[in-house]
Amino acid sequence: MHIQFLWWDECPSHPEAWQRLQDVLAELEVDAQVERIHVTSDEDAERYGFPGSPTILVDGADIDPGALRLPSRLTCRLYYQENGRPSPLPSRAMIRQAILAAQRQYPAE
Amino acid sequence: MLELGQKAPDFSLPGVDGSTVALADLLKDHRAVVVIFSCNHCPYVRAWEDRMVAIQRDYTGQHVTLVAINPNDTTRYPDDDMEHMKVRAAEKGFNFPYLRDDSQEVARAYGGTHTPHVFLLDAGGVLRYRGAIDDNYDDPDAVQATYLRDALDAVLAGEAPATPTTPAVGCTIKWK
Repeated sequence: MHIQFLWWDECPSHPEAWQRLQDVLAELEVDAQVERIHVTSDEDAERYGFPGSPTILVDGADIDPGALRLPSRLTCRLYYQENGRPSPLPSRAMIRQAILAAQRQYPAE
Repeated sequence: MLELGQKAPDFSLPGVDGSTVALADLLKDHRAVVVIFSCNHCPYVRAWEDRMVAIQRDYTGQHVTLVAINPNDTTRYPDDDMEHMKVRAAEKGFNFPYLRDDSQEVARAYGGTHTPHVFLLDAGGVLRYRGAIDDNYDDPDAVQATYLRDALDAVLAGEAPATPTTPAVGCTIKWK
């Protein structure tokens, strides 16, 4: 499994998002290759299809299916928690679901 | 940046309701004015918006008003323009003025750096608290320190806030 963690340092939630990702990987006992990508410019945002910080891709797929509708730009990213509450952070449940979905797709790994 | 004990610069800015709001007029009618640099697009603002509405509701009877000011560049962040601000204020039921600082002069005069960034003024327009609304943007149920509410209670009691400054947490203001 290949995970990409993309962030822009003007959004202060990325350390907590990184910690949540690490927590979920440990909880699920997933041995994944995690690539950290520091996005620093509009050109970077365009190149990576970066819809805001933080963004987590699991095998190329955004952990939030709603991201397909988001433009690429240098900004902080809005997530919605399971109870509908807006947050600058993806929930652990969202990260967990994305990783479990990737495991189901490639169960032999 | 506006420092504690300094008198805040006056402003006169257009609001989402079509009126023009001046700090001098707000100070005539209130015991405290909470200036918050804010915006539409920032997820930290979104996370705190309901708490801003709740603070206004809880302190209206004590003659306190919040006033949110959006200074962001709308060229790169078009969802921060006045038309989108009107929609956002209606969606969230803002019970305080929401103003547009198109020239960014007010944000620069106060030294605003982030959205949200709080500047609590007493009845004389003097800065008494500057920083964040509370200590947890992500989860209102996990808040440990209610910085702005505590500062308001102190100012209304004629006292100095125990915690007069905290770091502003949120998106950086998008300068032109």
